[in-house]
Amino acid sequence: MLATASITLPSIHYLAILPVMILVGTSLVLIFLTSLTRNKVSQFVATSITCAASLAVLVVTYFQWRNLDSSGASTTIAHAIVLDGFSVVATATVAISMLMATLVAHDWAIRERVVGAEYQILALAASAGAVLMTQANDLVVVFLGLEILSLGLYVLVAFDRHRANSGEAALKYFLLGGFASAIFIYGAALVYGATGSTNLTTISYFLGSNVLLHPGLLYAGGALLIVGFGFKVAAVPFHLWSPDVYEGAPTPVTGFMASIVKVGAFAAFVRVVISALGTQSETWRPILWVLVVLTAVVGASLGLVQRDAKRILAYSSINHAGFILLGIWAGSVRGVSSTLFYLITYAPTVVATFAIVTLVGGNGDEKHSIDAYRGLARRQPWLGASLAVLLLSQLGAPLTTGFYAKYSVLAAAIDVGGTPIALIALLSAAIAAVFYLRWSTSLYAEDHLDVARVVVPRATGVVIGVGVAMTLLFGIWPGPLATLSQHATLLFNP
Amino acid sequence: MHSSLWLSALLVVPLLGSIVALLARGKTGLSYAVAVVSASIEMALGVVIFFLYNSHVKGAQTFDFATRHVLSAPFGLAYDVALDGISLFMVELTAIVVLLALLGGRDKRREPSFVAWLLILTSLTMGSFVAHDLLEFFVFFELTLVPCYFIITGWGGKEANKAALKFFIYTFSASAFLLIGILYLGFAHQHQVGGSLTFAYGVLASTAMTHATAIWLFTGFAIAFGVKAPIWPLHTWSPLTYAEAPTAGSIELSALLAKLGSYGLLRFAVGLFPLALADVRPVMLTLAVIGILWGSILACTAKDLKRFVAYSSLAQMGFITLGVVSGSKIATVGAVLLMFNHGILTIGFFLIIGFLEQRRASYQIADLQGLQGPAPVLAGVFTIVMLGSIGLPGLSGFVSEYLILIGTFAVHAWWGVVGATGVLAAAVYLLWAYQRVFQGRAVGANATIPDATTKERWVLVPIVVLIVALGVFPRPVLDRISPSVQQLIEHVAPAGLNK
Repeated sequence: MLATASITLPSIHYLAILPVMILVGTSLVLIFLTSLTRNKVSQFVATSITCAASLAVLVVTYFQWRNLDSSGASTTIAHAIVLDGFSVVATATVAISMLMATLVAHDWAIRERVVGAEYQILALAASAGAVLMTQANDLVVVFLGLEILSLGLYVLVAFDRHRANSGEAALKYFLLGGFASAIFIYGAALVYGATGSTNLTTISYFLGSNVLLHPGLLYAGGALLIVGFGFKVAAVPFHLWSPDVYEGAPTPVTGFMASIVKVGAFAAFVRVVISALGTQSETWRPILWVLVVLTAVVGASLGLVQRDAKRILAYSSINHAGFILLGIWAGSVRGVSSTLFYLITYAPTVVATFAIVTLVGGNGDEKHSIDAYRGLARRQPWLGASLAVLLLSQLGAPLTTGFYAKYSVLAAAIDVGGTPIALIALLSAAIAAVFYLRWSTSLYAEDHLDVARVVVPRATGVVIGVGVAMTLLFGIWPGPLATLSQHATLLFNP
Repeated sequence: MHSSLWLSALLVVPLLGSIVALLARGKTGLSYAVAVVSASIEMALGVVIFFLYNSHVKGAQTFDFATRHVLSAPFGLAYDVALDGISLFMVELTAIVVLLALLGGRDKRREPSFVAWLLILTSLTMGSFVAHDLLEFFVFFELTLVPCYFIITGWGGKEANKAALKFFIYTFSASAFLLIGILYLGFAHQHQVGGSLTFAYGVLASTAMTHATAIWLFTGFAIAFGVKAPIWPLHTWSPLTYAEAPTAGSIELSALLAKLGSYGLLRFAVGLFPLALADVRPVMLTLAVIGILWGSILACTAKDLKRFVAYSSLAQMGFITLGVVSGSKIATVGAVLLMFNHGILTIGFFLIIGFLEQRRASYQIADLQGLQGPAPVLAGVFTIVMLGSIGLPGLSGFVSEYLILIGTFAVHAWWGVVGATGVLAAAVYLLWAYQRVFQGRAVGANATIPDATTKERWVLVPIVVLIVALGVFPRPVLDRISPSVQQLIEHVAPAGLNK
């Protein structure tokens, strides 16, 4: 009897899960190092190992891409994990953001005297969650990725133990995030009840070949999933946590969070609504329409009254979330590829912006009033000009990646007949332009010339340089990235 | 067909100039010299292109120097330039404006960045005028905002930040309508004929669309260009911005960037949506006429000279709009000529105002009086510019206004009649302003101002020469404009209107 009851293990395509394994593995190695060595693991060693892991993931994505070219998209581990063009490019984006954010955090940790490997351990784990979300082909795996990502971030937000509001922000984030996770998993359960599966491909197949007589369960489940994602990407009206958490979290963590959470959550969002629920698009597209309009307009309008750099960037990121949602709303191949293009270009820009905010924040990470930026470009032309470029990119000025990001999602929306929504979104960008411009103008103010120079450590300087270079280079010549995101979407599974 | 490298050179020379100017910032005055040299090269290129331009290239309508390179197929992004008789004069105007703005509006505060921004702006403006692809045009058009914004905030007056922000937001919001319209048109075309996404001007012109769609698109385009031009009632950003901008900035804005609006209206709104124009023409004509009258009235009430020129520009832009939307070939030729002439006249006004401001540290009309005694040369040049603007026969403004009015009168008589009263009104506000500033008895600081220096005289010479030459002998210009306008109008008004 016993001999026949063997468990069949699903086959595993190791190349597909190698990025997650590298990130989790490195995180574990660092944990062991910290517990086994008598002295604290030096900041330098921890950062180097983390950077090496990010680079390794980048190299792996290259081989994954080669593999895709030869054998096409595939699923593995009982179809729960997918390896397709979309996941590969999104994974690479997470790795690049991770690499840049780690370097910024390194300098920050030394400045704030919170050295140790804990930051890197948590950041690696969170990135593993984000990568898992980009590859998830099953609602349970999406949830798994979401939780790994979020748990790491809850702790990271509280990481600055010298500041009380860091802890406050973490508690807020934890409570609302936990709430959102619960809503998400409840939605997943309802969808399972309606379709008999949590696998995205199976759900899609089931809905394509059956007519639900009582679709209420599916609708409720789908709505809860959208609410769950809405919380994670800070779409209005689920955005209330975001400005407080952005403000309270240590600045490099905010930058890290703003980039990789967006990539992971939006990638999973695309998969769930377009892969699994693609047949139900008449149901969810009107909901997304409202979300896009609210997110874009409210994000831009509330940003107008902020005086704190981090809060401004929080509302700015809400406005951007509106644009990214617009690509998902389009629901077409062009829509998916424009969403991907937006994420690739937005992530490095936002990490570099927060890198500068980290530096200006100074000792104690507290100088975040917009007045701290007055005359920055007069005192330090390169730093000031870099910030101006990054802000103009987020504003959507041509010759920066921000313009083409907006352009691509607008094009996708208009392609499927969404001219009004595209116009509303673009007008919201004009509202948002006010706070970007006010900020960049104050950089060139002629007073406050005697304020002390902002110290620019080498690693952070490199990150800022890379961010600005990518913004300008691909802003002038968006061809390669546009082709990449289009190609990646053509390899989208299914 | 001539090589497109000529046009590419127009874009590259100022860009290189701005980089070199920034690199040369160590030595006082060197970057200014670099800027003047690159603006002179640009001017020389402009002259060469003027004589090379051939309006009869086979199969290219009236376009010359054309080329097209696709930069990104998924985005439909292309580098596509071409020049016809209409854009030719916009290119010439750009080259002249920049050179004179540099020579006459020198600002020694942080000079390297000032001239760098000015040269970048030149390159972008050139790009807008030679762009033969809607998306490419939009990129250049939108990008001109950035240097303008930084020139106004960095070197403007007390309220410069507010003015620049107002200017940016107005234009940025309005161009949202343009971008959405362009995208809509591109996709409508792609859905009709298939193939890859393209925004090439010649290709999109053949897009079939319903009447309602055409009207929506025309309206979107008209809003974007109407803010830039500015056309009443979208002009409310302009007085504050013109007043707060530094002299060179005001010149760029009113002499050059305003023309982006009227040029865009003619080339893209009128050129692409002829059906819609037929329906909305009464509205557009009315707005143009209101602009003429409104601008004239406000110019009478203006308390400072910069606002005065801003309002008189509104009136002049009303004339241009009248010609552009009239659908008459003669009036359209007149409108293109007036774009050029108004540019030249405006440089004249703003240069003289700039010179006065340097001497008296004020451009309030109340502070100035009787200046023709101590400064006869400035007063004389102001008189010529003023008479050119009024439309005195023999000076440049006359030819263009006459063509616009006679052309409009032939097809839409009543608007022509009301518009013609604008010429009278112009005489009123200009002569009155002259009286208040230059006539009467100069007392106090006004009595002792120095007259134009030798250098200032040399800057004013080309303006006077152009005003007189174009008034007496406009033929070389009209010969180049007419075929292109004919081409555009034939498309616009297929039957009976080509008077």
